[in-house]
Amino acid sequence: MLKIEDINVYYGNIQALKGVTMEINEGEIVTLIGANGAGKSTLLKTISGLLKPKQGKVLFEEGSIGGKAAQSIVKMGISHVPEGRRVFANMTVAENLELGAYLRKDKEGIKKDMEKVYELFPRLLERIKQQAGTLSGGEQQMLAMGRALMAKPRLLLLDEPSMGLAPLLVKQIFNIIQEISEAGTTILLVEQNANLALSIADRAYVVETGRIVLSGNADELTSSEEIKMAYLGGH
Amino acid sequence: MELIQQLVNGISLGSIYALIALGYTMVYGIVKLINFAHGDVFMVGSFVGFYSITVLDLSFIPALLISMIVCAIFGVLIERIAYKPLRNATRIAALITAIGVSLLIENGLIYIRGAQPEAYPNDVLPMDKLDILGVSISSQSILILSVSIILMIILQFVVHKTKIGKAMRAVSFDSEAATLMGINVNNTISATFAIGSALAGAAGVIFGIYYIKIEPLMGVLPGLKAFVAAVLGGIGIIPGAMVGGLLLGVIEALVSAAGYSLWRDGVAFIVLILILIFLPQGLFGKNKREKV
Repeated sequence: MLKIEDINVYYGNIQALKGVTMEINEGEIVTLIGANGAGKSTLLKTISGLLKPKQGKVLFEEGSIGGKAAQSIVKMGISHVPEGRRVFANMTVAENLELGAYLRKDKEGIKKDMEKVYELFPRLLERIKQQAGTLSGGEQQMLAMGRALMAKPRLLLLDEPSMGLAPLLVKQIFNIIQEISEAGTTILLVEQNANLALSIADRAYVVETGRIVLSGNADELTSSEEIKMAYLGGH
Repeated sequence: MELIQQLVNGISLGSIYALIALGYTMVYGIVKLINFAHGDVFMVGSFVGFYSITVLDLSFIPALLISMIVCAIFGVLIERIAYKPLRNATRIAALITAIGVSLLIENGLIYIRGAQPEAYPNDVLPMDKLDILGVSISSQSILILSVSIILMIILQFVVHKTKIGKAMRAVSFDSEAATLMGINVNNTISATFAIGSALAGAAGVIFGIYYIKIEPLMGVLPGLKAFVAAVLGGIGIIPGAMVGGLLLGVIEALVSAAGYSLWRDGVAFIVLILILIFLPQGLFGKNKREKV
């Protein structure tokens, strides 16, 4: 579904991704694990069009999207839930969700999908008229995910959905990620909490200083000594 | 009764400030730029209205609409040509450019048509004196005030209920997150300039009808005062610009009524200084802390 071939991405003069190659198949949950600053978020931003690769290819369903404007990438079916949620704090929950469907014109479909989002996140329904800025961190994460789903993505990019949340909420969010996956959306998940990420993922890539150093099935990686030592707090 | 009449004058003047201040505040809200050329868009609007009335022989409403459309296009052109290339430049670079654009428009118009003033014909709107509870108010003031209020209501509707309005609010809050929703940030910024400039154009026509005399440098002082009004209400906040404009107009009228009309302009800037010292976020601004 998504193919990344040997991309180099720069922030000014600093090279953030060095020859990254990876692939996501339809229906998978793929996770990127790695330390802070390894380049995981950069990779997501490159896929969603916020950053442009200097070299290499980004292919989505056989079409090249590397260097396309972010808004046309959303239209093609990739939604990005950015790190730190980035909800529109000055707008209500409902308005945030409406903005998620900004490019869609099918009023009926939007209404239906909004109901689906409220079904997935009943907390949002309770807060429908509330300004997003007054929500708790967990609720904001739910809103950011619901907002992204409103675009009806086929590929959902999730950047650190567990950041700053209480363990119980994290578990809830991860259950919902699995539900979204089961409903047919492909997921690329960036996560600090490698244990948790590997527990729901099909495959994983390990990113270190802008390079992919290891990849494989999630259960293989979970039992790999190297991963245990570096990322799983191995004993 | 004298006082009430002055209040009415103040509100009329204030509604002109408010219309200009809205453009300042909307543009600041979305690109964090004080568009110092905005007062000159107001001036251009006034001239477009003048020529529509005198040369094209149009009445008030068509002249107002033509002026708004021309200014909207003009505002978008300014943004595309002068500000867009500087989107990622420092804020001071954009600010200096804005001052440059302002001087270019003023002197460009003087080059094209000369610096001589023009006078709006005084029969554009009926000039009846209405007696309301012993206060005589010109029908003109009431019409001007109604037009301003209608425009502000339309603006509120556009910003809160339409798709483009929601996109404007989203971009002004977080343009990168807005991009991720599929919002075209450049088009949204252009729409903001178009709407703000159209309001300035309307203010220009209203100003001409109310104060008769117009000239190429007429935008400087009202432009600066509208900026004060925008800061007074809280820069970037739309209701703030409305209230700030009306308040500033009333303050000026009261200063005049107290017999210090020569101090009128000075008082406006004293208001700016006091606001910046004691309430820098403005009347409607929230003193928000940076969140990490």
